[in-house]
Amino acid sequence: MRNFSCFDILGPVMVGPSSSHTAGAVRLGRLARAIAGGLPKEVKILLHGSFSQTYRGHGTDLALIGGLLGFETDDVRIRDSFEIAKQQGLIFQLVPTNLGEGFHPNSVKFLITTVDGEKLSITGASVGGGNVVITHINDDEIELKGDLPALITTHRDIPGVISQVCGILAGHNINIAFMRVFRKEKRKLAHMVVETDEKVEPDVLEEILKIETVENVRAIEPV
Amino acid sequence: MCFYSVKELIEEAEKRAVAISTVAKEMEAENQEVSLAEIEQRMLKQWLVMKEAAKAGLKEPKKSMGGLIGGEGKLLEEYRLKNRTLAGHMINKAVSRALAVAEVNASMGKIVAAPTAGSCGILPGVLLTVQEELCLSDEKIADGLFTASAFGIIIAQKASISGAEGGCQAECGAAGAMAGAALVELAGGTPSQAGEACAFVLKNILGLVCDPVAGLVEVPCAKRNAMGAALALVAADMALAGIKSVIPVDEVIEAMGEVGCALPESLRETAKGGLAATATGRMLAKRFLFQGETS
Repeated sequence: MRNFSCFDILGPVMVGPSSSHTAGAVRLGRLARAIAGGLPKEVKILLHGSFSQTYRGHGTDLALIGGLLGFETDDVRIRDSFEIAKQQGLIFQLVPTNLGEGFHPNSVKFLITTVDGEKLSITGASVGGGNVVITHINDDEIELKGDLPALITTHRDIPGVISQVCGILAGHNINIAFMRVFRKEKRKLAHMVVETDEKVEPDVLEEILKIETVENVRAIEPV
Repeated sequence: MCFYSVKELIEEAEKRAVAISTVAKEMEAENQEVSLAEIEQRMLKQWLVMKEAAKAGLKEPKKSMGGLIGGEGKLLEEYRLKNRTLAGHMINKAVSRALAVAEVNASMGKIVAAPTAGSCGILPGVLLTVQEELCLSDEKIADGLFTASAFGIIIAQKASISGAEGGCQAECGAAGAMAGAALVELAGGTPSQAGEACAFVLKNILGLVCDPVAGLVEVPCAKRNAMGAALALVAADMALAGIKSVIPVDEVIEAMGEVGCALPESLRETAKGGLAATATGRMLAKRFLFQGETS
């Protein structure tokens, strides 16, 4: 049986009206911002399922943009996030859609152009009580919950990469809490999601990037 | 330290001759490995957010995001101040504040989920009222919140505090039961009387469905917060008078869990049954969705 804290029962402090459709949406926006490495230049947000039907009444649209702006779930500026986004020069568009079978009813897909011009797609779902999961990056399957600091690599699926990455983390005394590897095809590009107890500093990232078979690594702060 | 039944919780408090809030605070400090003072400070912060929400909702009501509610808390407050009400001064005061907080939530204001966003009006509604009426300090009210959360933890463990799992009885029902128990302690009642108040509220919302019109946290959620606050006050008075629940509180909580499991999916937050499926409910949902697509 799960042990609850008093603050699980009386909390979180949040902007209403819904933990799944508002607070969860803010956290998805924050994760998308973290994966994109900051406020994107342009974003098209595809809303799926219940998100596509009731987003306006739950402020899901404002919450997603608020998250991209880096707001916390209890930030009252979320109500004005469209205006603030315009002031900050974010070009955005929200489109109710159907992502197809196999997606959670509260799913969202961000089609992002970063300030560096990188094109990126990020899909995630709000799974209840403010809990979320990022399910895809660039249509590749991953799983990232955003409760812990995390690393997402893009690397070539060949022997030894995982142990090299783990070795570097161990060398910096960073403890791995959860870890999963995802790939579409054998020996092609794959992703590793490593959730850690300690924050991963930029010098550690640089060291990981030096591994020849690692093409990219992103550090994601918890949201 | 943790408690899996109200009986254990009451026994611990009575054995040591302390309030349930003391037991709950110590449990939290021990589990989180921080000082009692820090835990108290954190709860005080939650309380101040709740209080702010109630005051803002009464003073400057805003239309909800879906446009279905807004201003009802203020309306009742004005009526209460001008009239000799039927239900009485305190109940109406608590209900107007509960409505106000639910409206703040529905208009994207800042609230504390208690235990959920949909049921966030009940605890601030009754606690702000007893604070004003019994002249209690913010610290004392924060103690009441510890007692409320101790009951909430047990309800979450033995039953549910999610409308999608257990219907509205698990949200507004749990909130009302938690509030009833807190009220008893704040009014000077015993730990076992707090347990009785929890039982009275749950027994009277047993089976309450979650049927939000258009899927929004507006109708009937705000008015269920109102009634939850009223129930909590009446239940606390009954318990303080010495009335006992024939069915022990732990069994009532278990029954609430079982009833929740027995509810069809259409009555568990899916907006497919109950008030959501009435002619007006469907019409509002359609109008709302239509607006969403064209603007």
